Amino acid sequence: MTARRKILLVTTDQQRYDTIGCNGGALARTPVVDGLAATGIRYERAHPQSVVCMPSRATILTGQHPATHGVWMNGVPLPADAPSAAEVLRQAGYRTALVGKAHFEPYLDPFLRFEENALARTGTTPAGGAHHGFEHLELATHGPVGPLHYARWLAEHHPEAVGGFYRVLDGSMQVNAEGGGDTGAPQVAVNPIERGWYHTDWVADRTIAWLDSLDAGDDWFCWMSFPDPHHPWDPPQSEVGRVDWRDVPLPAGYPVTAAERERIIDAKPRHWRLWYDGALVSNYEAPAAWVPATLTADQVREVNARNAVECELIDEALGRVLARVAARGWADDVDVLFTTDHGELQGDFGLLFKGPYHVDALMRLPLVWRPARSAGPPPAVVRRPVGLVDLAPTLCAIAGLEPPPWMQGRPLPADDADGAERGFERVLTDWDSELFGVDVHLRTITRDGWVCTAYLPGSVHDGTEGELYDLADDPLQQANLWDDPARRALRDDLLADLWDHRPPQRVPRPRVEAPV
Amino acid sequence: MTATAVRGTVRVEARVARPADEVWALVGDPARQHEWFPGITACTVEGDARTVTTGAGLTLPERLLTVDRLQRRLQYRITAPMFREHLGTIDVHDLGDGTSLVVYATDAEPAIMALVIGGAAGNALDHLRAQLEGAP
Repeated sequence: MTARRKILLVTTDQQRYDTIGCNGGALARTPVVDGLAATGIRYERAHPQSVVCMPSRATILTGQHPATHGVWMNGVPLPADAPSAAEVLRQAGYRTALVGKAHFEPYLDPFLRFEENALARTGTTPAGGAHHGFEHLELATHGPVGPLHYARWLAEHHPEAVGGFYRVLDGSMQVNAEGGGDTGAPQVAVNPIERGWYHTDWVADRTIAWLDSLDAGDDWFCWMSFPDPHHPWDPPQSEVGRVDWRDVPLPAGYPVTAAERERIIDAKPRHWRLWYDGALVSNYEAPAAWVPATLTADQVREVNARNAVECELIDEALGRVLARVAARGWADDVDVLFTTDHGELQGDFGLLFKGPYHVDALMRLPLVWRPARSAGPPPAVVRRPVGLVDLAPTLCAIAGLEPPPWMQGRPLPADDADGAERGFERVLTDWDSELFGVDVHLRTITRDGWVCTAYLPGSVHDGTEGELYDLADDPLQQANLWDDPARRALRDDLLADLWDHRPPQRVPRPRVEAPV
Repeated sequence: MTATAVRGTVRVEARVARPADEVWALVGDPARQHEWFPGITACTVEGDARTVTTGAGLTLPERLLTVDRLQRRLQYRITAPMFREHLGTIDVHDLGDGTSLVVYATDAEPAIMALVIGGAAGNALDHLRAQLEGAP
């Protein structure tokens, strides 16, 4: 039997489109991903179907929109009966592994009810042989606390390093607002850990170990999932000098004066200004005690510098894994996909972190697909909109399998002509959050160079608000055209298309079972 | 009104196709919570003090406040330091047709702890229903 193409899916967490060199990023040096893009396909308009971790990761795995797979906000576990691309591959004979951050199930789990949290006590092989299609899981998150494999490994082998990480939660179990570094920026800290013990290198090390456990003739699918550059921004201190924050230019999306920031935000739906002023936090992962209006230009610089360091470490870790793949003799037979689950505001509009804000900072993602050299199409740049919902069917197509009918995406286009022929016209993104009396609901369509967001009625919005941006003339989404009479027909057309393409809703809707 | 309110409330419920007295016989016994609440591995009761052990090995000291057979109400307070305040209330309502409604309310400060406990309670009620109804 002829060996099939192997698959390495590489994801990061909360990484902006403009943080890698091939997308125009100038801060972090990312030669490995840039090299993949140069010989593969680079997507310029890849969007998530949710801008928070759990729903977005569930979409990557299932090929379904959040409404359908049921993980409609963080804290909702992926239902046990949810379909999985990894399971499709496993059933087809692929060896399957997930190394790093999974987050299909909540982390705050003192009862240890979820398989992801319980697994490290017994090893790396789930009961029943697989969990969501993965026969091997070695899991990590953003720090050294908790029941996952990385935390246990660090506590066992390098306990002296545990205390050097930023404390993600404060004494009230809220995401910590404490500042650090040189500027007092929130979630920035000095971490004295040795580089080789940090979770980025650990993920690469464990991936290599799993690859080394395979036979040369095995077909395999590995999801290598780095927890960075998601906050906290506490990379190994030995590496921080790579990017001096004092030399970092302010991002184009950061309006320098408070008056300008507030003028832009005030033209958006009201929850933007409410968060900016510290009056409303609608996402648990944004530090509740932090007031965005206090963010300084130097803090934006330092956050961007730390983020760039973390992106460089990821790129180097990926390079090590690819070198090992080549050493195993698989170089020509491996498809590599590189992307992330969602973006990061990182100073845009004077904000950090993420939330119900459907702008490029959170929605425009890095996505590179370097098909196996033995079978791949020529290098290309795709400008048509694609979604993370298209990854699962792409994995199937790489393996020579017909995507199952429950997948709502389609295999990624190889170029724009392919995208046009197969109707890649729009991409949809949802936000839903309901927490302690505050509910916010966004429905977004990106099509024809426009991004249009409708706000459903909730505790903050009455259902009439929205956002409309011209991505060509307003790439920073600073001019909201929702109420522009001259754009009313366009807005109505986009909304009609949005409602026409709503994915089916899972019934009953799963419950929120934890904060995150 | 913000997501950072000091006190949080999470209320979950399940309709169980069994008589209220039968449901109460299980959930109204504070020493038997580990029999129907996934993630609680042990319960010990001494007087009005209950100690619950979780799957992660966490030991939660609790004080039993109400065990009312007539109202079918059980209330308890987690007294662990991570809670500034906590009140758990489990009510079993007789729906008059041989079925019952179980309501599990969790009030806590910090607010987020209401979701940590209450989220697990929702799963527990699903488990309770399956257990009592004999569903797979």
